Amino acid sequence: MSAANSAHSVVVPSLSSKRIAGTIVVIYALITLIPLVWIFLTSIKSPPDSISYPPKIVFTPSLEGYCNLFTTRTRQTPDYIASLPAPVGTCDEVTRKRNMVIAGPSNFLPRFLNSLVIAFGSTFLAVFLGTLAAYGFSRFKVPLADDLLFFILSTRMMPPIAVAIPIYLMYRELGLSDTALGMILLYTAVNVSLAVWLLKGFIDEIPREYEEAAMIDGYTRLQAFRKVVLPQATTGIAATAIFCLIFAWNEYAFAALLTSGEAQTAPPFIPTIIGEGGQDWPAVAAGTTIFLIPILVFTILLRKQLLRGITFGAVRK
Amino acid sequence: MTISHSSIVEKAVDATARATPVSVARRVRGLSDRAIAWLFIAPAITLLLAINIFPLLWAVYLSFTNYRANRPNAPVQGVGFGNYQRVLNDPDIWQAMQTTAHFVFWTIVLQTVIGFTLAYLIDRKFRGHAFWTTIILIPMMLSPAVVGNFWRFLYEPQIGLFAYAVSLVSGIPTSDIQMLGNVTLAPWAIIIVDTWMWTPYVMLICLAGLRSIPDYIYEAAEVDRASPWRQFWSITVPMALPFIMLAVLFRGIENFKMFDMVTLLTGGGPGSVTEVASITLKRAAFESWATGRASAFAIILFVAVFGLANIYVKALNKVKQR
Repeated sequence: MSAANSAHSVVVPSLSSKRIAGTIVVIYALITLIPLVWIFLTSIKSPPDSISYPPKIVFTPSLEGYCNLFTTRTRQTPDYIASLPAPVGTCDEVTRKRNMVIAGPSNFLPRFLNSLVIAFGSTFLAVFLGTLAAYGFSRFKVPLADDLLFFILSTRMMPPIAVAIPIYLMYRELGLSDTALGMILLYTAVNVSLAVWLLKGFIDEIPREYEEAAMIDGYTRLQAFRKVVLPQATTGIAATAIFCLIFAWNEYAFAALLTSGEAQTAPPFIPTIIGEGGQDWPAVAAGTTIFLIPILVFTILLRKQLLRGITFGAVRK
Repeated sequence: MTISHSSIVEKAVDATARATPVSVARRVRGLSDRAIAWLFIAPAITLLLAINIFPLLWAVYLSFTNYRANRPNAPVQGVGFGNYQRVLNDPDIWQAMQTTAHFVFWTIVLQTVIGFTLAYLIDRKFRGHAFWTTIILIPMMLSPAVVGNFWRFLYEPQIGLFAYAVSLVSGIPTSDIQMLGNVTLAPWAIIIVDTWMWTPYVMLICLAGLRSIPDYIYEAAEVDRASPWRQFWSITVPMALPFIMLAVLFRGIENFKMFDMVTLLTGGGPGSVTEVASITLKRAAFESWATGRASAFAIILFVAVFGLANIYVKALNKVKQR
């Protein structure tokens, strides 16, 4: 970085231009983070602190949000509460401070488990079907390949609501409405297009010579696929799986329209958490925080593959 | 309606097998390549036909009838193009299309400008750029519905952080910062959240574009004594343009379908100023239960997106070939 070329060069940016660029980006990143930090802070506030004005940055942390998220409560008279045996756990104690007693578990845990089952189930299926199809498209000369691949991609252009009407009717006929199986199949269909496109790119990069050598050594094509191609594609398969998982985890439109109770996932449920006098923001924030943590972890794990995943592999880094 | 789906697949697979070199097929034991190609590609295609294409064809059929999903036993009558006529003559639907176009336009403009600027700055490779890039990418990985719901809280005029911050900077009383309740502000409230969430997406694609420009081009420009300004407009922008256009395409398609964030932030209100096409469609289909009319609208939307995307991709390919 000699002084001679630093004045004009874009190839080697000067130290001061780097510093200015860095400062602007860091400021943008910090502003971006504010809402997320606020979600976490709200989750550890007491309900009065969460809605005080001006917004409180210094406050006594409270577990009320998390307690309220996992339980339903009823309001009782102080006399009645005094007559009860001593509090058994933290949540018991916390709710009694507001003249409440725990009436039972809330729906959050079942909804969260639905999210897990549906997201992982559909991811497994989509990656399984996607790997097979991607191998087919990558290794065999498919004359209609371009048309078929475009067809696969075009299924993503439809607004979810547009297909939701007939799917709703179809599921009603088949008894699949509001079932985890129905949602798994639906998300698998949406994700399989992404899986085929991404995995085709990854498999294209594995040299054909590996399988051909294996086949000359006496492997059948299926054996070559299993013992040579699959191990080579592991990284790509893992990345694809996480992208599918993130989509199924975050999806709202289908979940809100096609499930009403039994198979409801967390995204339509979290906004419905109501406390005394309106939305219970600490509980909502607690649910949101728990819901976002896996995605934060995946984002950090995935950052190198991110670009491929979000563009269907259309752009490679 | 019932074009044999399996025959399309079979044809494709037959053609596949025919085009696969015989020498390879002969060498393998067990299943032939032809059977494997069929076995491997068919399940994915079948699933897509069953859960994407079949419903779409069904929607086409429904769009020509007066079927109502809440009265499954009522007789179904064909109404020809009646539904399409009603949709195209409905001022509310044109209003929704306009609202959607407004959102798509502004989100794309803001996200492209901010996203490209950020990418350009990150490309200076300052210390810690990888770490800060990862931080910036977080919002786009989250659930729009869950995040939209929480932004509703941030926007609350009496208690929310957003109104507080704005009033602290500008001195406007918080009661005047009714982001979601005010007819002029509500659309912008959604545009702000969408930009917060998706600028990283555009940034990432732009960054890939900038990194794809080989250094020697700048070196040559340097030798020719091109000014940094000239280098930016004659090298950086044109070379990154296909990537920027790709980002615009993906964001455009996504925002045309925008549903979750709007539902959670405003639900289409106040009045109907933020009622985008997806929300109108949802109301027609699942609140008025006018399944036929909603299907006609859905088909019109799909054809519009598909058509626009196709025209755009042609333009994109032209830019790429330059």
